[in-house]
Amino acid sequence: MGFALELEKAGIPTIPVSTHAFARLAKATTKAAGMPTTRNAFVPQPVVGLSPGELRAYIEADDPIAKKPFMQVVLDGLTGPLTDEDYADASFERTTPRFLEPDTEDNIRQLFIEEGWTDFLPIILPTEQRVEAMLKGTSHAADEFVNRMSPTAFREKWDFDVEKVAINAVMAGARPEYLPVILALCSSGFSARSSSTTSWATISCINGPIRNEIGMNYGIGALGPYNQANASIGRAYCLLSMNAQGGSEPGNTYMGSVGSNWNYTACFAENEEASPWEPFHVQKGHKAEESTAAIFFGGWYTQSGFGPRETWKEKFIRCLTATDHFSNPFIVMDPLVAKDFNKMGFTKQGLIEWCAENAKMKAKYYWDDQWTTTLVKPHAEAGIEPAASRLRADPDELISIFSDKDIEILVTGGETQGAFKMISGRLVGQMPRGNERRPSQTAGKLLSIDKWR
Amino acid sequence: MAEKITVMDPRGYPPKVEGKRLAIRPETLDGKVLYLIDCLFDNADVFMEQLRLWFAEHMPKVETRMIRPKESWVDDPEMRAKVVAGGDAAIIGVGL
Repeated sequence: MGFALELEKAGIPTIPVSTHAFARLAKATTKAAGMPTTRNAFVPQPVVGLSPGELRAYIEADDPIAKKPFMQVVLDGLTGPLTDEDYADASFERTTPRFLEPDTEDNIRQLFIEEGWTDFLPIILPTEQRVEAMLKGTSHAADEFVNRMSPTAFREKWDFDVEKVAINAVMAGARPEYLPVILALCSSGFSARSSSTTSWATISCINGPIRNEIGMNYGIGALGPYNQANASIGRAYCLLSMNAQGGSEPGNTYMGSVGSNWNYTACFAENEEASPWEPFHVQKGHKAEESTAAIFFGGWYTQSGFGPRETWKEKFIRCLTATDHFSNPFIVMDPLVAKDFNKMGFTKQGLIEWCAENAKMKAKYYWDDQWTTTLVKPHAEAGIEPAASRLRADPDELISIFSDKDIEILVTGGETQGAFKMISGRLVGQMPRGNERRPSQTAGKLLSIDKWR
Repeated sequence: MAEKITVMDPRGYPPKVEGKRLAIRPETLDGKVLYLIDCLFDNADVFMEQLRLWFAEHMPKVETRMIRPKESWVDDPEMRAKVVAGGDAAIIGVGL
């Protein structure tokens, strides 16, 4: 859509063709871009997986939105003269008030539900007094700009300040002492409510002294609903994302087909005390006494296992190659697992390198993937490594599907079981695999929590 | 009568929208250059090829040129400049 709007601005009549599932989103996007009369054409969903003949049939059939022949919509759109509506000024301003109209608690709760400002679980209503109390958790001014956010790259970005973060933190049930952690996550400007059709989510990991200062759980049930800080920090980041970016409404600002339960809340802390290895943030160049937040963008899959047992290598290879390989994994290990690997002589980096070296699949399986084809293949064709070598491989040749930069290991849990999970998630700030053209957002550093104290 | 309370708005601050104008349309595409932009989404190339064949069969006076950006969902100013310099109209698909 962005291309089409830019070309129109440059004087080139342009028709963006989308599938009918995106009609509402297309309307909202063009309106917010100041070009509401953009002439779209639609074909039925899906396009992926169809034969040339089936796609030709789309072209010769009706546009399912306009209910007219598809090619008539295209040709009318490219040659039909501009109308009064096209010439009308499409500028407009929207504002969001600081305070909502006074009403009863029941009515306000209903308003939040109807407006889509909640995750449909009960919230704490953000009265001024509660927000003021929350703001005592940071030294930063309420009106300090934090960042801007949008549900996708092609939607307009909305700004938010410290007060907006505090409001959503109140709603999530957070305590004031959690606010620096929530501010750090939100300061990424990276939405925890991505609108992608693939149902992405964010999963956050906290390191450093703040974990103990605010009583986060990195023991039994570390990834589960057993701690106010873990639960409400993750929830606050999710609520802020949906509200600060202008919504997360199915069919408009959210298009994830299946959705993700990680979108409710997903935040844990590393068990630095029980890990045999250096903490994650130290590994990334921070001092042990710093407190940091890491955001992993993924949530597509979770592989799990126990051990390491005698056949752990085969188990790891099965797990790694069963991943949806466009979304690389981070491995969450109970300290028991990490200690056993450590006894076997593995450093954390050594184990990561072993995983990268041994996770292989046939090239034809690697490339028969919608997202690898859409997003990695153009780089492979442009000669960018390692994607280019993977594309040159014979279809039956075994190729590495991850590099050591794609995999992270974190240690958490209560040592009641030697369990591990391989969870879909790219560390935000690192580049997607095979996408070396895109600059790193954070140059490998994690988000500072101390900055927001 | 239940007591009324005041709460704060959780939403961010939306940007001001500046209206923009669509490009002036030609009366016909005959004799014009139409760029067919494959947005790189999976199978979009197959769809755009079928569109090219449709124009070749039904509107042969339209010169179609296929073009692709460097990557999906990322602006490619070089590609846009080519379309603006050499084209009269464009169709981009399939995606958003």
